[in-house]
Amino acid sequence: MDGMVPLQKQILDYTASLFQEGYLDDQFNQLQELQDESNPDFVVEVVTLFFEDADRLLNELSKALVQESIDFRRLDAHVHQLKGSSSSIGAQRVQRVCISFRNCCQEQNIEGCLKSLQQVKHEYSLVKTKLETLFQMEEQLVAGRG
Amino acid sequence: MTVEDQIDRFPVGMRVLAVDDDPTCLKVLENLLRKCQYHVTTTNQAIEALRMLRENRNKFDLVISDVNMPDMDGFKLLELVGLEMDLPVIMLSGHSDTKLVMKGVTHGAVDYLLKPVRIEELKNIWQHVVRKKNFDPRDQNKASNDKRCPNTAEEGNQSIMSDDSGDQNKNLGKKRKDQTEEEEDDGEGNGEDNDDPSSQKKPRVVWSVELHRKFVAAVNQLGLDKAVPKKILDLMNVEGLTRENVASHLQKYRLYLKKATQQASMVAALGSTDSYLRMGSIDGYAEFCTPSGSGRISSTALQSYASSGIFGRLNSPASLSMRSISSSTLIQPPVQPPNLNSTLSPLGNIQASIFPANQTSGLLQGIPTSIELNQSKQNCTTGITQVNQVSCSGFTAASGFRDGRLTVGTASNSLPSAASSNSLMLRGNSPQTHNSGAFRNQPPVRPASFGTDSFDVGICEPSNMLDYNRCNENWQNAAQLSKFPAHPLPLPLCEPFNNDPLPSTAISVTNTNTHIGHSPVDYSSRVAISVPLEDTGNELQCQEGLIGNILQPSSYTTPSQRWEEHKLEYSQNMSRPFNSVNSEVSSSRVKSSLGHNVNQKNATCSSSFDASFVGQLSGAPPSITRCTNDDTRLKSNDAYILEQMKSQDGFIQNNFGTLDDIMVPVVKREQNELTFLDGEMGFEAYPVGSCI
Repeated sequence: MDGMVPLQKQILDYTASLFQEGYLDDQFNQLQELQDESNPDFVVEVVTLFFEDADRLLNELSKALVQESIDFRRLDAHVHQLKGSSSSIGAQRVQRVCISFRNCCQEQNIEGCLKSLQQVKHEYSLVKTKLETLFQMEEQLVAGRG
Repeated sequence: MTVEDQIDRFPVGMRVLAVDDDPTCLKVLENLLRKCQYHVTTTNQAIEALRMLRENRNKFDLVISDVNMPDMDGFKLLELVGLEMDLPVIMLSGHSDTKLVMKGVTHGAVDYLLKPVRIEELKNIWQHVVRKKNFDPRDQNKASNDKRCPNTAEEGNQSIMSDDSGDQNKNLGKKRKDQTEEEEDDGEGNGEDNDDPSSQKKPRVVWSVELHRKFVAAVNQLGLDKAVPKKILDLMNVEGLTRENVASHLQKYRLYLKKATQQASMVAALGSTDSYLRMGSIDGYAEFCTPSGSGRISSTALQSYASSGIFGRLNSPASLSMRSISSSTLIQPPVQPPNLNSTLSPLGNIQASIFPANQTSGLLQGIPTSIELNQSKQNCTTGITQVNQVSCSGFTAASGFRDGRLTVGTASNSLPSAASSNSLMLRGNSPQTHNSGAFRNQPPVRPASFGTDSFDVGICEPSNMLDYNRCNENWQNAAQLSKFPAHPLPLPLCEPFNNDPLPSTAISVTNTNTHIGHSPVDYSSRVAISVPLEDTGNELQCQEGLIGNILQPSSYTTPSQRWEEHKLEYSQNMSRPFNSVNSEVSSSRVKSSLGHNVNQKNATCSSSFDASFVGQLSGAPPSITRCTNDDTRLKSNDAYILEQMKSQDGFIQNNFGTLDDIMVPVVKREQNELTFLDGEMGFEAYPVGSCI
């Protein structure tokens, strides 16, 4: 039981740091607020959904960019979707990179797009790792309590 | 829970259908909605959503749909839902692009939300359901419109956004209904017109669209050169109309024609945006000239406007002058813009609220452009401009329009006194219409307010149109506005003015596109600038709208147009100041309000002012000059009004301290056009009591 408090604090601190570093924004708070007894795993569920979706989208993006003739509209549509979903969960940095990615798409700047894709992937993997860590900590907390 | 339970506990348990191809967003949305205690059904396919809706329309109260979906365009779904099921639809998107919002409005969305969606935004979406429910039954007849107005007004008050969206909804949803109504209204308006001018009691003659039509027919029959008031009067055969009325109207008409030809060339030069304005203004005029009043403000009208030289005017200061000319009759190429008109006319003043419906865009755009063109005042224009965009693309989320609308609407209220109680429907949705995003359905600022009393009503209507905020709003309503001369303002005007409906008007403006075209006839008579100047703040706005509206007998058809037209017409007298003064709408509004205010306030001035309006309508040369004379008195009023206007929407940017002030800038701007104001405007001061 004693170990719980430090863990709790750890979680809070960790979450706070994520906000500070801009990985997450206020939208994530909203998600947390939506979680309650009737919906205890809401945040995890949604974020998991996001991960799945994002993986798929990034995959599509990668494929689209290696085509001989790139379909920028499709590219833009994918990025837009990624932007939308990342903003829905509050993955701020991912969202930002998506915005610049979209600009490149609109300019039909292949180089820029490739670069942006790298950035998106990078940011995405960062935030994914961090959130997974967070969830693990929370799981421990719950397990400890249980 | 049983249906009754759900209804009783409304908005708790409201049934929402959420559509979004992004699973993450959908899940978040679903949970947010659940948190608001709505009953949620989700699907990530638009086709599936349609199927569910078709299966049982009554199973849902509201639809929230993403814009970008792979299987079907969100706007398409929006249209289909609106047409088939007449349910309120909220658009959702990660894009905050104005064009898209405008498109949403014009397609009839009641609201447009941006991702990520926050719970606060979702907490109020139930208002769209209520609004839609309230408005639908009313649409059927004018009388109900009046009622609606207050209702809508209330609802609209809830939030600008809601107003806009509501208006839009109303406008959109009511497009069909509105059209019917418009026709009804037109008839009614005409009736009112007849009543007003013919009723001996009223001193002022309102040159409704119908009346103007007759006038034009008579003039054409006689030949412009040979047209003399006595003969025209005989040909028109309208009870209660005196030779003097005809004479003053003829004078205005001639001026208008002169300007029209000048403007035509200008219009050509103007760009597409101009077309909008033109349309708006032209519509009014067109309406004025041609019986095609069916102010369907469809965007097509805009196109037609573009062609009409007059429109060009609108856009530029020149257009302002057109306005002044318009007083006599917008001989302007009737350009079909009726659709635009609706948006424009009401918008002219208002922002057209937003017209949310696609139509509205025409209005709004038209209006601001025409009115504001010169200035492109954001204030008014925002509403209107937004509208404009909308008209083109659909009302830009009435939000922009809204603002415009609000301003418009206010003016109308107070006018009752001056104008032969032509309820200035102008209610002017404008200030409020700043759309909350969608022109929000400004419920067509139905000119219904024709009588001074009716003003509210009338305005309500228009305001409904204007509310188009959902920007797109309510062009249809705006169309209705068009009916009333006063309408143009409906959007913004109505709002400030008692009209609760105003917010809706803004939207309606958007929708009114269709409507606006209609009402040319009603327009003139209606102009019930009833916006009590006294009210000032709101009224001013409305008044302006009204005034503008009133003046524009022809422009009546399209609210937005009206404004412009009014302006044109007024411009002769007053419209000039209006036009130039504020972004179109505001200017017109202001002016109108000024006129009113002045009138009301100054009694003498008011008469002149009103007269000017009326004069325009009734042919009596609006004596803006007169008003200016009275300005001293009015000045205080005007200034007051102006200030009010300023504060009100910011539209009134110009805030004329006095008519003079207004006129001066106007004059400068439109030097060419202004001839009306300065030179031509020297209309004789309208007889105070009546233009008759």
